[in-house]
Amino acid sequence: MAGTPRKDEISGVDTTGHKWDDIEELNNPLPRWWLWVFYASVLWSVVYWIAMPAWPGISDYTKGMLGYSQRSIVQNELAAVKASRAEWDQQILNSSLEEIVKDDTLNQYALAAGKAAFGDNCSGCHGSGAQGGKGYPNLNDDHWLWGGSLEDIHTTIAYGIRSTHEDTRVNDMSAFLRDEILEKSEISDVAEYVMSLSGTATDAQAARRGEELFVDNCVACHSEGGLGNRDLGAPNLADSLWLYGGDKATIVQSISYGRKGVMPTWEARLDPVTVKALSIYVHALGGGE
Amino acid sequence: MSTKLEDIVRDATIEVDAVNKKENRTLYKKREPIFPKRAVGQFRRLKWLIMIITLSIYYLVPFLRWDRGPGAPDQAVLIDFPGNRFYFFFIELWPQEVYYITGILIVAALLLFFFTSLFGRVWCGYSCPQTVWTDLFIAVERWVEGDRNARIKLHRAPWSLEKIGKYCLKHTIWLLIGIATGGAWVFYFADAPTLFVELFTLQADIMAYSFVALLTFTTYTLGGLAREQVCIYMCPWPRIQGAMMDEDSLQVTYKLDRGEPRGRAKKAHDDESFGDCIDCKQCVVVCPMGIDIRDGSQLECINCALCIDACDAIMDKMGTPRGLIAYDTDANLARRIAGKAEQFTLLRMRTVVYAFAILFVCAVMSYVLVTRSSLDLNVLRDRNPIFVKLSDGSIRNGYTVKILNKERSVRQFAVSVDGLPVETLKINDIEDNGAAPIVEVKPDSLRSVHLFISVNEADLASASEPVTITVTDTENGNSVTYDSVFIGPEK
Ligand code: SF4
Ligand code: SF4
Repeated sequence: MAGTPRKDEISGVDTTGHKWDDIEELNNPLPRWWLWVFYASVLWSVVYWIAMPAWPGISDYTKGMLGYSQRSIVQNELAAVKASRAEWDQQILNSSLEEIVKDDTLNQYALAAGKAAFGDNCSGCHGSGAQGGKGYPNLNDDHWLWGGSLEDIHTTIAYGIRSTHEDTRVNDMSAFLRDEILEKSEISDVAEYVMSLSGTATDAQAARRGEELFVDNCVACHSEGGLGNRDLGAPNLADSLWLYGGDKATIVQSISYGRKGVMPTWEARLDPVTVKALSIYVHALGGGE
Repeated sequence: MSTKLEDIVRDATIEVDAVNKKENRTLYKKREPIFPKRAVGQFRRLKWLIMIITLSIYYLVPFLRWDRGPGAPDQAVLIDFPGNRFYFFFIELWPQEVYYITGILIVAALLLFFFTSLFGRVWCGYSCPQTVWTDLFIAVERWVEGDRNARIKLHRAPWSLEKIGKYCLKHTIWLLIGIATGGAWVFYFADAPTLFVELFTLQADIMAYSFVALLTFTTYTLGGLAREQVCIYMCPWPRIQGAMMDEDSLQVTYKLDRGEPRGRAKKAHDDESFGDCIDCKQCVVVCPMGIDIRDGSQLECINCALCIDACDAIMDKMGTPRGLIAYDTDANLARRIAGKAEQFTLLRMRTVVYAFAILFVCAVMSYVLVTRSSLDLNVLRDRNPIFVKLSDGSIRNGYTVKILNKERSVRQFAVSVDGLPVETLKINDIEDNGAAPIVEVKPDSLRSVHLFISVNEADLASASEPVTITVTDTENGNSVTYDSVFIGPEK
C-alpha cells in the first residue's frame, strides 16, 4: 500500500511510503558513482544504436552509421589470406617438388595445403589418416603399386589409374577363371604358391605345382619370385602387405576375376599447386621414397 | 605562561567536524569535498621522497636500455605483444612461461601480506598509486588555489572570473598529469624512444592513443575527482587486509590513554585532570580521507601518517612530548592502560609464516629460472593411423616433434630414441645413418618435424611400449626428453 514518505527514526533514512504487512521500505538511494555510470551506459547505448547494427526488423536490421558488419570483416580477412597465399602458390608453382621439400618453410606450407586438400578430396577412399582399406591403398606404408617417389606420386595423382585421362596409368590383371585361362584347382595351386612367397602357405605340394603355373602366366607382370613391377603397377606379392587381403580365399578371388581398381585423374579437378601439395603431403606420410 | 598557551590553543583550533566523521558516515551520501590542510613534518617529507622515487620509476623505466644482441629489442622492460615476448632486464619470457608472472604476483601479494602484518597499511599510506597520484593532484590544487582555508573560501564563493580561471588552470594541470600517466603506460608496450616521437608527430597506432586517452581519463577521475572515494568504496584491499593484521601490527593510532579526556580551555590552564589532546582538530583538517583519527582505527584511514605530523607540531608548541598520535599497536594501548610496559613483537606466528612463504616462492622461482632450458620439446604421437605395418613386417609409429630453440643463434639438435629395439629412425627425409638424425632449428623459433620409428614386430614385448625421445644440442650437450609410447598390434 502506498502511503506518504516519512523519515524513519531508527535509520534516519526516508521511507518510500510503501508499506505491506507493516513492513516499510527504506529509500536508500544508489551510490552516486553507480548512478553516473548507469546514466553514461544509457547514453552510450543510444550512441551505439545509431552507430552500430542494433535493431532487428522483419527481414532486415538497422545497419548503423559506421557500416560495421562481421560478415564483411570475415570476407575481407579471407581475401587478405587468399592474397597472402598467392605469393606462396606462385613459389610452389615455380619450384620443382624436390626444391620445395628442401625449403623448410615452403615444405611446411605445402604440407599444410596438402593436408587440407587430402581431407577434402582423398579421404573418402583412402581414409582420413590415409590408412586405406580393402582395395584402397594405405599411403603410409612403403608398399607402392606405381612407385613412391615424389614424381611417381605426382603422376598417379595427376593422371589417375584407369581414369578418363589419356595418359592414365593402366594395366590389366586377367580374370583367370572367368576368361577360362586356368582351372579352379590350378588357381588354388597358384594361390598356394603366392602365399608361399611371404611364408604363409599351408600346402607345400600345391605350392610347388603352382610355381610352374605362376611362371607361365604371372611372371610377365609380377616378375620372378612375385616381386612385382612398378612400371606396370603390378604389386609385389612377396611382402607382407596386401591391398585386397592375404588369405587364400581372397587371393583365389583376385586370380579368378582380376582386380581393376580405379583412381580418378585430379589434374582436371584441382589446380597444379594443389596437386603438387598433395604429392608432397602423401610422400611425407612415411612411405615416400 | 598560561596566557601564551591559551593563544596557541586559540590560534590552532579549528571548529570543524571531520567530513567523514564516524557517526555520520553512510554509504549513500553525496560526496562532500575534502580540503586537506598542508602538513609539515617528517612523514610528509618521507611521502614526498617516496612520491619522487615511485613516479621516477614509473616514468623512466621504459627508457632504460639493455643490450640483448642483434635482432632483439634493447628495452630493459618491454611487454612485446606482437612478438609474443616479455623482456625484463636479463629475463626473456615466452608466452608458455607466463607462470613466472603468476609467481611474481604471488610474491608481490605475500610481500604485501608480510608488510601489512608488521606495519599495517604502509602500502596504502605511501606507495599505492591511488595515494601517490591523489597526493600529487592535491599538491597541484594547493599550488593553484592556496591552502585549506583559501580553497574552502573559493569553493563557497560565487562564480567569478578568478574562480573560473583557477579551476580551469587546476583541471588543465590535472589533465596534463593524466596524459603523462597514460603516455608513460604505453611506453612499456613498444620501443619507448620511437613511440615517444611517434606520439608527438601523430604517427603512433590508434591503440596507443586509445590507451593514453583511457589512462588519462582514469587518472583524472580517480586522482582528481574521486580521491578518497576510491579507497572507501571501490578498493577491495581495505576489506581484505583486516585478515593480515592483529593486535601487534603497527597502525597510526591516537593514544587515547594519553589524550583523553580532551579539552582545550582546561588544558590551557594546566588542569591535571585533562589529557594531552587539546581538541584543536589539526589532525582532522590535514586528513585526506576526511576522518577523525581519534574515533579509533577505521577502514577509511589509509595510514598516511599526516595526522602524526600535524599533532606533533601542536605538541611541540604546547611543550608536551610528541607522539600523541603515532605508529602504535592495539596491544600496547591495552598494555599502557593496564599500567604495563610497551612491547613490540615483530616475530609472530603470522609474520614468520609470511616470511617463509616469501622465501619459499622466491627460492622455487629462482631455481626454475636458473635451471630453465633454452630448449623445449613437445611430442605428439600420430593417432590416425595408430600404427603402420610395413612391407617387411615391421611396425612404424609416427610422431610430430616440436623443437623450440629459445636462443638467438642457429642450433643443431640430435634426435634419439630410448627404450625400444629401434630398427630404423627417420626424420622427414633424413634417414638415420647410424648416428641420431640431426635437425637444424633457426634462432628464436620453433621447428616441427615428423619422426618415424619402426620396430620389428617380433621385438615388441607388448602392444604398447614406453619410449623416450631425446633431443640434444650437438654443440653444448644440453638436452631435453619427452616420454611417449610406441603402439603395435595386439599380442
Ligand atoms: S586519519 Fe591520519 S593516517 Fe589516517 S588517513 Fe587521516 S591523516 Fe592519514
Ligand atoms: S590529537 Fe593532536 S592534532 Fe588532533 S586534536 Fe588532539 S592535539 Fe590536536
